[in-house]
Amino acid sequence: MKLVFERSIKGTACTLLPPNDVDAYALPEQYQRKLDLHFPELTEGELSRHYSELESNAFGVNRGFYPLGSCTMKYNPKINEECASLPGFAEIHPLQPAYTVQGCLEAMALAEKLLCEITGMDSLTFQPAAGAHGEFTGLQLIKKYHDSRGDSKRVELIVPDTSHGTNPASASMGAFKTVAIPSKADGLVDLDALKAVLGENTAGLMLTNPSTLGLFEKDIVEIAKTVHDAGGLLYYDGANLNPVMGIVRPGDTGFDIVHLNLHKTFSTPHGGGGPGSGPVGCKAFLSEFLPLPRIIEEQGSLRFCCDSENSIGRVKAFYGHFLVMIKALTYILTLGKEGIPYAAQNAVLNANYMMKSLEDLYTVAYPGRCMHEFVLSAESLKKRTGVSAMDVAKALMDHGMHPPTVYFPLNVHEALMVEPTETESKSTIDAAVQVYREIYDLAFSNPSLLHEAPVKAAIGRPDEVRAARNPILRHSFSS
Amino acid sequence: MTTPKNYSYAKTHEWVQFLDEETAISGITDFAQKALSDIVFINMPSEGDEVTCGEPYADIESVKAVADICSPVSGTILEINEKVEEEPSVINEDPYGSWIIKIGHISAKDDLMTAEEYDRFCEEEEQ
Repeated sequence: MKLVFERSIKGTACTLLPPNDVDAYALPEQYQRKLDLHFPELTEGELSRHYSELESNAFGVNRGFYPLGSCTMKYNPKINEECASLPGFAEIHPLQPAYTVQGCLEAMALAEKLLCEITGMDSLTFQPAAGAHGEFTGLQLIKKYHDSRGDSKRVELIVPDTSHGTNPASASMGAFKTVAIPSKADGLVDLDALKAVLGENTAGLMLTNPSTLGLFEKDIVEIAKTVHDAGGLLYYDGANLNPVMGIVRPGDTGFDIVHLNLHKTFSTPHGGGGPGSGPVGCKAFLSEFLPLPRIIEEQGSLRFCCDSENSIGRVKAFYGHFLVMIKALTYILTLGKEGIPYAAQNAVLNANYMMKSLEDLYTVAYPGRCMHEFVLSAESLKKRTGVSAMDVAKALMDHGMHPPTVYFPLNVHEALMVEPTETESKSTIDAAVQVYREIYDLAFSNPSLLHEAPVKAAIGRPDEVRAARNPILRHSFSS
Repeated sequence: MTTPKNYSYAKTHEWVQFLDEETAISGITDFAQKALSDIVFINMPSEGDEVTCGEPYADIESVKAVADICSPVSGTILEINEKVEEEPSVINEDPYGSWIIKIGHISAKDDLMTAEEYDRFCEEEEQ
């Protein structure tokens, strides 16, 4: 499709403006542009078509099946949007005096209370803008905790080799050293390998439970005790909370800090539809370190508390993505105490059903029951037919569905990580399974078709190597 | 591609060629470059950095994944290969000719394999 600049026709515009009756003012010479700015010039109709075309080339959860592993691309209920657009929430300003926004503060305090209940934490901040920002914030709590005890040598953060790439990245951002430990043959944390790296330099362990392999860490209580005994803290990466929400509380299994992805687990828009939201919860002994401002109650009314000696400070302007929080709160209240674990159970059921329906063709990396997601390996398919995980992923796009996460986790070769979520029906999953099976058959009968896929998508197969080596990062104007 | 006989190999798929008792050059093996596929970036260390046996000193990025490169020996980095830094794809074309770092003052070595042992190790990894 054409770029908005390529659609531009000189002299057209969206609006007819009245003649300018303000005297022109020339900026001093040194502040004046030497070249004209390139503004696209379009009528409103053309502009509207441009965005509609962009929309039709994009793929979202409203368009089709989107089982992107570890991303929990569940459907975003319309009631969330409805509540977030209520004028009392949507038309406020963050600098309004607290007495004029008591309802909003109450909604935030309620969301904090409910998320603490779900995670087993004592306090929670909504400031972090999304997951990785939440990780960074959580790690600052760990740092501050050790510093407050004068324990400055604790600079090592342990992550399993199946961890999300954001974990070591957040550790680096927080000036920690990452220590990766290998997983056992069954994909779970190797307690002996963990014990071998624990010591007086250990700041903590970052863990996603269930892991990216879709496996629940059965030894979590012992893992937590081992890390605590060594003086470290336990950080819960909330990316995979979906299959255990309302069933297992991270706080009860020994975690000290949790970040959540409201845009995953709590059904707020994800990806291009964001923004995200990555609240961080912690146990009471860490509450004093949480970022400011915090909501407090005083003489029956709520206000922001902006001074606390031990806080790590602000991590974002104002109080995070307020309307995203309203959408998550709506979701929690809509599902209720019974609905939340029921949603989690259905996420697990859907994943197991889809895994079982494919296990005779694709190799299941870790056989047995999975949680919300499962990892297939196309390694043997590739050896026998030359068709890789990437080819399978690209071919799925021709069938109107989003590919799973590929080549992750790193310890599974030719990995396809599938997370159907609870919001898909049996018939959607059956149809997807049928497509996966057809692609498998095609790999043997006509593999070249799969190397060329996708042919029906908005763009064909991009040259990823050239894009990475010689990226073109801006549009060049001919004039 | 034949595995050079005069190099030694680490289990983490790096090769090392000793120039003398205390100096060596090191890069990644053919097995490693194949597993990574098209390499697009190496986050290089600096000259003068200390490296430790079995510990990562750089990270390497392909279109598929990011991985650590570990040092097979302990010592000090004397030189980095700027050609590899500028055009990391040379590793895909010639993994055994594209050294990444030159290490001096070598004080310790990893448990290294011969070319034959390494070939067998890779065969087992493939299964």
